[in-house]
Amino acid sequence: MSQAFIHLENVGVVYPNGHHALEGVTADLSPGTICGLVGVNGAGKSTLFKSIMGFITPTSGKVEITGLPVKQALKKNMVSYVPQTEEVDWNFPVLVEDVVMMGRYGYMNFLRRPSQADKKAVDEALQRVGMQDYRKRQIGELSGGQKKRVFVARALAQGGKIILLDEPFTGVDIKTEDSLIALFRILAEEGRLMLVSTHNLGSVPGFCDTVMMVNKTLLAYGPVETTFTQDNLAAAFGGMLRHHQLMGDELHDDPDARGVTVLTDDERPLVLYGEQGGQKIVRTKETAGEGIGRHD
Amino acid sequence: MIEYLLEPFAYEYMVKAIWVSALVGGVCAFLSCYMILKGWSLMGDALAHSIVPGVAFAYLLALPYAIGAFFAGILAAGGMAFVKQKTKLREDAVIGLVFTTFFAIGLVLVSINPMAVNIQAIILGNILAISDQDVQQVIIISLVVLSVLLLKWKDFLAVFFDEGHARSIGLPTSFLKIVFFTLLSAATVAALQTVGACLVIAMVVTPGATAYLLTDRFGVMVWIAITIGTLSSALGAYLSYFLNTNPGGFIVLIETALFLSAFLFAPKYGLISQKRAVNKHREAL
Repeated sequence: MSQAFIHLENVGVVYPNGHHALEGVTADLSPGTICGLVGVNGAGKSTLFKSIMGFITPTSGKVEITGLPVKQALKKNMVSYVPQTEEVDWNFPVLVEDVVMMGRYGYMNFLRRPSQADKKAVDEALQRVGMQDYRKRQIGELSGGQKKRVFVARALAQGGKIILLDEPFTGVDIKTEDSLIALFRILAEEGRLMLVSTHNLGSVPGFCDTVMMVNKTLLAYGPVETTFTQDNLAAAFGGMLRHHQLMGDELHDDPDARGVTVLTDDERPLVLYGEQGGQKIVRTKETAGEGIGRHD
Repeated sequence: MIEYLLEPFAYEYMVKAIWVSALVGGVCAFLSCYMILKGWSLMGDALAHSIVPGVAFAYLLALPYAIGAFFAGILAAGGMAFVKQKTKLREDAVIGLVFTTFFAIGLVLVSINPMAVNIQAIILGNILAISDQDVQQVIIISLVVLSVLLLKWKDFLAVFFDEGHARSIGLPTSFLKIVFFTLLSAATVAALQTVGACLVIAMVVTPGATAYLLTDRFGVMVWIAITIGTLSSALGAYLSYFLNTNPGGFIVLIETALFLSAFLFAPKYGLISQKRAVNKHREAL
């Protein structure tokens, strides 16, 4: 059991105003994977994040990180957090390297004086995300993708094996998204657990290994191939998604019963293809963006 | 000429006024760097007005005024948090409501119970007539606030910049926030003597605002702000001798003058250099 990086056992959160945000979430997340956390706004994604970060103590159940209670795990710098772009005040007078250095505070003494090791960790982290040339920039001067990279660098400098990313693709273009995904893949393959909350459904099959679908409770959790199905998506999103379905008789002249389903919430769409009830995800990663400008 | 310029230093009360103002100005300037980044300026103003009844009460009970001020500040902050949590009112309305109430209580208290302390001294400050006992209080408060800030300024920055991250590295974020507001209330109490309740807000906003226009690094910003706060407070107190003015008003006007020069001439964020950058860009096109 302690092999699980994050162990969620019957986690429930009731806010002081009586709002039931989450109930009965049980899951074990393993290292070396990217896990997508999907659900509508208010489904409890951020509540789950906050429980893992120790921001809120679940009213029932427990959260363990490598077998330790959350507080202890945080003291050991095990969990890093990459906030949403909108959550950060980009006008703060801090440079790129200052932000990354903040990832090292947990290792520093009372006065937060950086040691040689801290400086080295910052250099390495900036190298990893390809931001070493921007280290003296004020953070507000960066592009959307660069801003994300800085905070990923901070997580790397912190050295945690678990990285939580809150809506990392909001406000970045497809090309940037793809390069971020490539970076996340490498980081996961090095043995980290990347937990990514996203409402960008189309990109989930392209880069997640497992997926957690939440709506007040954990609706489904497992490998993307078997979990990210139309039924589960319908349960998670209800009527919140744009839904286009073209069945066999509309698509083909022959008796082929396979149909196409397109699900989108205005981000990259999720495309499913196959017979009704057994539709498979069509990987959209490689083809994304290609359709534009092709009129030949 | 030189004799004339050195004249204020011949008076003990002037010397005292100058260095006490400088100390308070520096401490407030340190805090101002956080205040302006978090948009808490109005809250600082509210706090300053809210402590007036506390000061009145303290004098009534013959306690050190700092204690009364401090409790009133905490009570006001708690009141604001409570009303905000229990209603859907916006923060500015809550702040406006609570601090005026406290200020009114202070006025009523003083008028039904005339006492040795002049309410005008609280509202407008009177550094020239500060008693030795009050000087002692101001020094203790300032030194405590200053040392906590010097030791923990990076932690405060981490919490205010990204609370989620601060928590993930194990910083006690709620505790640090409480400490910060305690420091703010304490500094406000100290500044009350120098510039008075009405102008405290300038001391905990203007130096930080000026420094913000001059640098992109928080550490540098702190030093610029402290320099501005200390020097303009000392200079304001000094000059008030010649012009026979209220030192508080003078201190704030000097700080404003410095802000205006930064606003116009700052190398990166000044009005002039920004205009120049725009023109350059146009020419390039």
